[in-house]
Amino acid sequence: MNLHEYQAKELFRAAGMAVNPGEVADDPPGARALAERYGGRVVVKAQVHSGGRGKAGGVRLATTAAEAEQHAAAILGMEIRGLAVERVLVSPTEDIATEAYVGVLVDREAQCPVIMVSAEGGVDIEEVAATNPEAIHRLPVDPRYGLMPHQAWTLATRLHGDTGLARQAARIISQLYDAFVGNGASMAEINPLISTAAGEVKAIDAKVSIDDNELFRRPAIAGMRDPASESAADAKARAAGLSFVKLEGSVGCCVNGAGLAMATMDLVKYYGGEPANFLDIGGSSNPDKVVAALEIITADPGVKVILFNIFGGITRCDDVARGILEAVERMDMGVPLVIRLTGTNEELAREMLADAGMAAVTSMDDVVREAVRLAGGDHVDLR
Amino acid sequence: MSIFVDETTRVIVQGITGRDGSFHTRQMMAYGTQVVAGVTPGKGGRSFDGPDGTAVPVFDTVADAVAETGANASVVYVPPAFAAGAIMEAADSEVAFIVCVTEGVPVLDMTRAHALARDRGSRVLGPNCPGIICPGRTNLGIIPGRIVTPGPVGLISRSGTLTYEAVHHLTRDGLGQTACVGIGGDPLVGTSFTDCLAAFAADSDTEAVVMIGEIGGTAEQEAADWVGANLDIPVVGFIAGRTAPPGTRMGHAGAIISGSSGTAAEKTRAFEDNGIKVAKRPVEISALVAAALGR
Repeated sequence: MNLHEYQAKELFRAAGMAVNPGEVADDPPGARALAERYGGRVVVKAQVHSGGRGKAGGVRLATTAAEAEQHAAAILGMEIRGLAVERVLVSPTEDIATEAYVGVLVDREAQCPVIMVSAEGGVDIEEVAATNPEAIHRLPVDPRYGLMPHQAWTLATRLHGDTGLARQAARIISQLYDAFVGNGASMAEINPLISTAAGEVKAIDAKVSIDDNELFRRPAIAGMRDPASESAADAKARAAGLSFVKLEGSVGCCVNGAGLAMATMDLVKYYGGEPANFLDIGGSSNPDKVVAALEIITADPGVKVILFNIFGGITRCDDVARGILEAVERMDMGVPLVIRLTGTNEELAREMLADAGMAAVTSMDDVVREAVRLAGGDHVDLR
Repeated sequence: MSIFVDETTRVIVQGITGRDGSFHTRQMMAYGTQVVAGVTPGKGGRSFDGPDGTAVPVFDTVADAVAETGANASVVYVPPAFAAGAIMEAADSEVAFIVCVTEGVPVLDMTRAHALARDRGSRVLGPNCPGIICPGRTNLGIIPGRIVTPGPVGLISRSGTLTYEAVHHLTRDGLGQTACVGIGGDPLVGTSFTDCLAAFAADSDTEAVVMIGEIGGTAEQEAADWVGANLDIPVVGFIAGRTAPPGTRMGHAGAIISGSSGTAAEKTRAFEDNGIKVAKRPVEISALVAAALGR
């Protein structure tokens, strides 16, 4: 789960970090009031889950409170990569001397948190990694000891030659690591970490993603989820315990297991169709989950056919059949349904469907070809 | 032969009294797995009923279970909040092989569990994995026993049901397996593709290997390089997620294309560059294996 900048900064401040001041407003007069309090010279920043806010015009400098109000009016209601901006963060401008980068993430190869710092901050770090990898210093952290003081200090000396600045940076690096671990993050980043002309080091931007698997034990953070950042389909899928990703095609897919679900999408494409979604109904096949899945898929007007691909292991085919029959009874699908069931209790499932006048096939290729044909896609047999 | 485990492996089940744990323990016992004990804190002293009148004792701690039964492997079915703790408990009792089926384990918990397992010399399979089955010998996890059959093919996969799909075709086409291993769909897993490849390379009965990967990370690319440098037997590959959009998690916590890294195209190229034949559809895997084995 991604947090907004202002939420990430709250977590950083709670860890004791020096962060530039700022508050959010959801209307232009609110932004003006904040700007007046900060003395007029402020930066107004869109709070939206998207990179590239600056390029999209979502970050603007104001020299007066009236200008801040105008900027807020322009930014609020603007869309950045399809996401509506509902809040702006208003902060006093800073007198920036240097810009650095500090980030933490869990590294898959090292199997532990890795801290990355670079004196080249304020720019896209992936770009620095691609063009000037030596400018990035990486340190794997043993999670059992945490970040040790000498490690934070060593990293800080890569950012600042001045002892006073390096000491401040070391403190912030430690605080970032603490905030990362203490909040169950999968990524936490300060870009840029600035030093001011007056010799202060502080974070002026913040980015945090929380590991979804941590949310069950962190209700306060789970409560930070912004409902506006999530589509109705995504919210419904999450509530029902389904993994769902909306795509742009016409073949609605309902599959058990993430790997098989991806392979099913790929096969739809192979046969000339376009998948409308990724949807994993998960291991245990409660009929209610099947009904929820069908409701989500049929709510998409682009869907022309629904494809079930179930390989019963733990998932019992008869449970899935029961869910399909219940859904057909409860709602008007409006589109044809093609079904593939193989594995645990498939004979029973086939009988249940047959009694209701529905058929199921056993081959994944057959069901995908049929779905693509019904969706009106060009049937291209590449063999 | 088999890899990592065999019919002599003595298995405990952590979370044996839970809904999933009890169901799959009975399936494993029915398959012939030597389940010697269960562990559920607070339920020590009870007995767990297996199939056909069999029963195994339940202990409060892994240490007690290992001391009493000489177990050398464990299968973990406990809920996500306690799964990393269960792995650490097993590693602390020096259980050599630990399968964690649980999905949804916090990643930071796993950084500590993997570190302890490394220190204690325990191999962890998973988390978020279907386990390992050695056809005709033993089954640790949730892979349905009736879709496999003994034979010369080793199979490694990050997924559950996609593995079943591939194994189903192999078995139907008369291509049995030495072992089928699900390494798990999480970003941090204890046993990698390369670990499994090395084990299959050391197993004289394995004549070909199937590697089923998916988008996200670089484990497949590293495994492909290892194959190119070290492996003499044929390898057939499949990569799921060619149509997955970048930056979006596809069900598995580890299945995400970050920036331009971890794409299906990149992994397919790594496979092909190292002589691994890549199936475009799951159904083609079996035919490629048959051709590689000259059948």
